[in-house]
Amino acid sequence: MSGNDTMNPQRPETAAASPPPSGWAIELEKINKRFGAVHANKDIDLAVQRGTIHGIVGENGAGKSTLMSILYGFYTADSGVIRVNGVEHAITDSRHALALGIGMVHQHFMLVDNFSVLENIVLGAEDSGFLAPSLARGRTELKRLAAEYNLDVDPDALIEDISVGQQQRVEILKALYRGAETLILDEPTGVLTPKEADDLFRVLRTLREQGKTVILITHKLREIMAITDSVSVMRQGQMVATVKTAETSPEALAELMVGRHVLLRVEKGPSNPGKTMLEVQNLVVADDMGIVRVKNVSFSVRAGEIVGIAGVSGNGQSELLESISGMRDQRRGDVLLSGNPLSLKGDDGAARARTAGLAHVPEDRLRMGLVTSFQEWENAILGYQNSPDYGAGPFLDIGAAKRKAAEHIETFDVRPADINLKTALFSGGNQQKIVLAREMDRNPDVLVVGQPTRGVDIGAIEFIHNQIIKMRDAGKAILLVSVELDEIRSLADRILVMFDGEIVGEADPATATEGELGLMMAGIGKDHAAAPASKNGQEISS
Amino acid sequence: MSASRPLPRWADIVLLPAINLFMAFLVSGLVVLMIGENPLEAITVIIYGAFGYGDGFGYTLYYATNFIFTGLAVAVAAHAGLFNIGGDGQAYVAGLGAIVVALALDQTHWLIAMPLAVLAAGAVGGFWAFVPGWLQAKRGSHVVITTIMFNFIAAALMVYMVNRVLKPATTMAPESETIDIGGRVPQLRQFFSFFGYSPVNLSIVIAVLALIGVYILVWHTKFGYAMRVLGKNPTASRYAGISNSRMIMITMTISGALAGMVAINEVMGVQNRLVLDYVAGAGFVGIAVALMGRNHPVGIALAALLFGALYQGGQELQFVIPAVTREMIVVIQALVILFTGAMEGLFRPALERSFMLFTPEQKAEAIAVSSAKTEG
Repeated sequence: MSGNDTMNPQRPETAAASPPPSGWAIELEKINKRFGAVHANKDIDLAVQRGTIHGIVGENGAGKSTLMSILYGFYTADSGVIRVNGVEHAITDSRHALALGIGMVHQHFMLVDNFSVLENIVLGAEDSGFLAPSLARGRTELKRLAAEYNLDVDPDALIEDISVGQQQRVEILKALYRGAETLILDEPTGVLTPKEADDLFRVLRTLREQGKTVILITHKLREIMAITDSVSVMRQGQMVATVKTAETSPEALAELMVGRHVLLRVEKGPSNPGKTMLEVQNLVVADDMGIVRVKNVSFSVRAGEIVGIAGVSGNGQSELLESISGMRDQRRGDVLLSGNPLSLKGDDGAARARTAGLAHVPEDRLRMGLVTSFQEWENAILGYQNSPDYGAGPFLDIGAAKRKAAEHIETFDVRPADINLKTALFSGGNQQKIVLAREMDRNPDVLVVGQPTRGVDIGAIEFIHNQIIKMRDAGKAILLVSVELDEIRSLADRILVMFDGEIVGEADPATATEGELGLMMAGIGKDHAAAPASKNGQEISS
Repeated sequence: MSASRPLPRWADIVLLPAINLFMAFLVSGLVVLMIGENPLEAITVIIYGAFGYGDGFGYTLYYATNFIFTGLAVAVAAHAGLFNIGGDGQAYVAGLGAIVVALALDQTHWLIAMPLAVLAAGAVGGFWAFVPGWLQAKRGSHVVITTIMFNFIAAALMVYMVNRVLKPATTMAPESETIDIGGRVPQLRQFFSFFGYSPVNLSIVIAVLALIGVYILVWHTKFGYAMRVLGKNPTASRYAGISNSRMIMITMTISGALAGMVAINEVMGVQNRLVLDYVAGAGFVGIAVALMGRNHPVGIALAALLFGALYQGGQELQFVIPAVTREMIVVIQALVILFTGAMEGLFRPALERSFMLFTPEQKAEAIAVSSAKTEG
């Protein structure tokens, strides 16, 4: 978007420099794919060497998924050549791709929850109409694969009983069972804890050692740096660069992705905390099943500071956020705003929280923060629909709502700037901007933010972080919940770590190491945090 | 991975219903052919019977009035994500409100009796839907189950009320006392002789007002906004501070009150007394009307007119071609309901695909959406 389009579509020449002991697993040449006016893939060249891990990065809509879909047979390219192991193929569908040894691990797992691991792996690849022989063969084969690639899973465990990381292994095993030589992983760490991500990387390294080829699609630059051998950057449908990972840096990659210089570190001055704005006292919250998820939590947030709550997803952060913002009844305890207790009982508690001056950017914008089938302007007033600003009495002043929406779009640079467009058609980053604009517009005393940059591209992340810091500097109290530890560390002035429904520790982001925080997040107290930090090349900051 | 994109608005509102209707008539034509009659002649008779002359058109409008009310009842609930299939029962018990006011005020003037009867019928019909709404909001009993059960309760209750409470000692038939002229809704034929002897009456004005009112309610009020948030995304409505339970109860009450307007048309406009089973399935036709009309007042008006025409034209057909029996008419009506209601989405995927193929912009948009989702 910016002027300095100095991109220089390089051929993957760097790869030619390395000795080709095994040749190319995948070669794409001049791949073009148009969807009407949109040129999703423009003259894409990509060569992936056998036995390597190749990363593909790019913002949302850069064309990564289209390219991989072409390789995996979901789409056919308009023009261009695909070579697998040096032989040209016209891949017609995913079955064909599998037959050529290309397997895909989707971002959202395609597993049957109430089937066992073994049944899921054999499913769709049975030998005959009878199940028993397939399962028997599957069990032997699974044992061999597990030993060969260090992929231990209990074949008889049900999918619903195993962790997300284990489920991902099952997906990988599924691909290997079907004879995949090249594995495509689409945003594989999005759902994993740091520990599980480390385990995944170990598996990927083993796969590489055994001669398999891995194509890793991700937007997390630190992962690219930690595990890949070479990396290709896509922007606006073009392959901007292919480089050796060892010869690049996260900053350089980010710049290639966005097309301009990006600050990966958030620049912020010291905090200047004032009086206590938000106070949570002995809060106990249960989830929909009646299981207590927040156990006697107390903390406070002062004006002009950002308090970050770190923790592995599922340790009560969601329920904490929902309770404070009035979406979920608390069992016990109080939430105080400027010293006044908030009355959050009842299913319209969120309205009272808003009136009292608490704005909420929800964790899951698609499920909570937006009605995706609405036009953009309709979402610009969600939560504030009863405000007299949008019409006196029972009637809705559509003109006023539309003017407000246009104002939001202007100040938060939402693209496309179309208030009548269906909200589902905006990208993740722009949807998040729509939510942020709405919640920040009211100048609330307290802003509660959950996962502000989940599924948001790099350019927008920078913008969103700056907006949050601007709110802080304007003297607002901000509670930030995120599973991205980097985000917490760079934004928060104070870090609280949540584990199993409790605040297990507090840390100063300036001094706490990732290792200390990681141990606290795993439920091992700060006192024992003397253990060494994780060793998997994770110290590369991004 | 194949990205499906919603149809353009005009195709959704006009083209798809037209295809469905065409298919319904095609299959109906085959049925007529099967019994050895000429389908083209049959359709000519239906169209002439429904629109060709004053009496017939009056009957069409009279049926359409009922269907507008029940169609709106289904649509209002649907906007809040509720499926009210109890329109029949709500319209039926609303007769109690209508008859009590009409009999009490039948020595005054319809200008007094009618508005009060509208309120009374709306209140009783609304109450009959409020209870299922309350059960869903507070107890989690699904309205689909409870509203249909309330249809049976309504039927039993009305048999009791008509036979044991409202029936004068002097009559044998299960019906209430006859309403005197002051409690009746004026017939349109009193103003336009064009309508002959047809029973279309001023209730149709209420129907038109209801269409406009629902449009304003759904798209131009804060309540309607909250209703649509709830209907599209109940979690987002909770996030927005909308009390889902209160919305469910109020919306169901409005829905039931709309269905209750059928009682004004039937009890005060046509029968002039409360008889058994006067709703005659209009509540269920309302579901098809709302589906076909895409829950929009304009669509509902058109769909109600279609079903009105089908009812009236069907009667005519039975009269002109005796081989087409009453049962055959029901088959044809059922086919239309089947194609436009129950199997409303039958041709949607094919239509969406063909739109994808023929319009590149839409194709591009669809891909952009699907890739944004997968990359998110």
